Amino acid sequence: MKHEFFEKNSILLLVGILVMVSIGGLVQIAPLFWVDSTIEKVKGMRPYTPLEQAGRDIYVREGCYNCHSQMVRTLRDEVERYGHYSLAAESMYDHPFQWGSKRTGPDLARIGGKYSDQWQREHLINPRSVVPESIMPGYPWLAKKLEASDIVDKMKTLKLVGVPYSEEMIEKAKADLAAQVQSEGRAVRDLLKRYPKAKVGKFDGKADAEPTELDALIAYLQMLGTLVDFATFDASGPNLR
Amino acid sequence: MTAKREALTAFSDVFTVFSMVLMAAIGFVIMIGAKDPAFAFHGFLFLAGGIAGGIFVLSHSFGKGDWHGSADEYLDGPSKVATLMAVFWGIAGFLVGLVLALQLAFPMLNFDLPWISFGRLRPLHTSAVIFAFGGNVLLATSFYVVQRTCHTRIAGRWAPWFVVLAFQLFIAIAGTGYLLGITQGKEYAEPEWYADLFLTVIWVVYLLVFLGTLIKRKEPHIYVANWFYLAFIVTVAMLHLVNNAPIPVSFLAPKSYIVYSGVQDAMTQWWYGHNAVGFFLTAGFLGIMYYFVPKRAERPVYSYRLSIVHFWTLIFLYIWAGPHHLHYTALPDWAQTLGMTFSIMLWMPSWGGMINGLMTLSGAWDKLRTDPVIRLLVVSVAFYGMSTFEGPVMSIKAVNSLSHYTDWTIGHVHSGALGWVAMVSFGAIYCLVPWLWGRRGLYSMRLVEWHFWLSTLGILLYITAMWVSGITQGLMWRAYDKLGFLQYSFIETVEAMKPYYMIRAVGGLLFLLGALIMAYNIWRTVRGDESADIAEQPKIAAAPGLRLSPAE
Repeated sequence: MKHEFFEKNSILLLVGILVMVSIGGLVQIAPLFWVDSTIEKVKGMRPYTPLEQAGRDIYVREGCYNCHSQMVRTLRDEVERYGHYSLAAESMYDHPFQWGSKRTGPDLARIGGKYSDQWQREHLINPRSVVPESIMPGYPWLAKKLEASDIVDKMKTLKLVGVPYSEEMIEKAKADLAAQVQSEGRAVRDLLKRYPKAKVGKFDGKADAEPTELDALIAYLQMLGTLVDFATFDASGPNLR
Repeated sequence: MTAKREALTAFSDVFTVFSMVLMAAIGFVIMIGAKDPAFAFHGFLFLAGGIAGGIFVLSHSFGKGDWHGSADEYLDGPSKVATLMAVFWGIAGFLVGLVLALQLAFPMLNFDLPWISFGRLRPLHTSAVIFAFGGNVLLATSFYVVQRTCHTRIAGRWAPWFVVLAFQLFIAIAGTGYLLGITQGKEYAEPEWYADLFLTVIWVVYLLVFLGTLIKRKEPHIYVANWFYLAFIVTVAMLHLVNNAPIPVSFLAPKSYIVYSGVQDAMTQWWYGHNAVGFFLTAGFLGIMYYFVPKRAERPVYSYRLSIVHFWTLIFLYIWAGPHHLHYTALPDWAQTLGMTFSIMLWMPSWGGMINGLMTLSGAWDKLRTDPVIRLLVVSVAFYGMSTFEGPVMSIKAVNSLSHYTDWTIGHVHSGALGWVAMVSFGAIYCLVPWLWGRRGLYSMRLVEWHFWLSTLGILLYITAMWVSGITQGLMWRAYDKLGFLQYSFIETVEAMKPYYMIRAVGGLLFLLGALIMAYNIWRTVRGDESADIAEQPKIAAAPGLRLSPAE
């Protein structure tokens, strides 16, 4: 076939280009939505609590992904440094994913529980107060009150894109958001029933009832990578690649 | 003017005014209704853009057709604006890059301020250099080239102007959004849903303008540069639409959630991300290479057959390369392996294109000594060859296990972005400015020499520093001591980076200085100033109408 076929007809050239550039994406992306083994079936995964989701939105807003990955690769040194390699299931409720592409700072996929709330707080306000050699920016402006009037709308939107929030979770979103910065009481027990393994407490160290942005971000960091119980997880189990 | 033509002109004017009113109205609703002050500010920008555009169209329409020039002339105004904006955004982007480099070496430069902290500033840098600088170079050159190679005026009355001017507004909205904390959190696709929608409109109009010009061409064949431009425009449209599929939380709030999650989002994102490299930063700029290198060297393209093979294999293979950003992650192995395989195969068409560009200089190699503009173009193609060799190497899983997450990737990106994209852009801008403004040549070739050497030195410092820091850090992360424990804590590997971060900042500073010299040179050329070396400039440096009569 002579190349004139494309070279003398702009619409045919356009169609030719479209066909050529569509194939790769179709083969690589489409199957991920219907091949069952893409995402492992593991126990423990649940949607983020309202406060954790608000914290995640702050993580995205501040561009943490520019320097921190959330993806432990299947390499010996990474598993020893950070913990069990990341499972696809562990980010299945992440809109958008935050696997990252650069480790100017360490991986955060399993940062949850590694440091105390107080350490996280001081580190976020002034990283060099706890790690003198750190090159991370300070985030003192996170000490302000969390603006969460749209948390119900956010959860409804997330439900629309596939996060399995129940009617009850959405209805109780504001109560759950406030409850997570309490240490005990009925509201806290209800929150933990809806969101097992959620961390509760005064993350920012302040006694006031209103959650701050610092509360939200630390609540998110402290749960990262803690939902799947790797003591019982079996990588050779059914439906795993 | 025929009656049909007049009716069409009137329709175009009315339609454009209507679109501007619609844009202003949407902006007004956002400005009044949005609770988030940053979003209200963006509403104001839409409103101001719509009003300014509407007034401009109204005052240059309905019988006042002179401003557009005659229908049998080329329309170069949009290319002129895009060329100047490319210089402006380029310098802004390089400057922000330098600030970021210094922040990594001296973290106190974040000043504890949200708007300039690293995480918000870095997307501004990447968007400013890729989309604002690179995008304007592509707009300027594609509009210039498609008219010359089709021997026809560009399609559309207001459309080419809309594309160029609305694109600047999009950049302003996207960029200020990052600083105010409005982001989708997807690399190189940070703009939120409303900016994405606006870009979609701009891009569709761009495609129509370009395709419309191809359709009404007076040449039987479509020139090779236009194949690449067309592939760039249409593929970027596809990538943008598929990757940016968000559901807004509310139409009066900037926040949205992307429909994909986790592993599917990762694959879609890097399919997009790598092909932003493949189609925005490669195919589009290869269009520049295929026009400006032969034009400036005054030699035909080396091989027509190689052009055809280069074009089709490049666009087919590139789109598969995305998963090499996700080696050893939770992405299924089959996808990783496909990504690696195609990335390695991609080496061949890339070097085919490099050979086609370099060999175009056959018989004209002496120009490298005498014309610094052609030297910029040729060195850019050499850097293209180097980074398209480095890329496949880094896509090999074993290499990637070391290089990924380190500065090696940053160095690789910059050898492509500074060495290839920016250098070929500088070459094209230096060609375009005298041609567009009807000058006998550039204000000063000596200043181009300075620009060339400062940039080249800056790039070399930059990429060598990143090679050393990246490989050092990768090795430190995986180092074990005698007892079988990890040898270094993470923070020790951060400390080890400091000298390289300082060298990198020096490289960036040199590169920025070169660009400032370019801005000065272009400003003087546009003003019509000539320096002593005007007589020594090659004839091709002059605008087409001025080439036949040599300087007295």
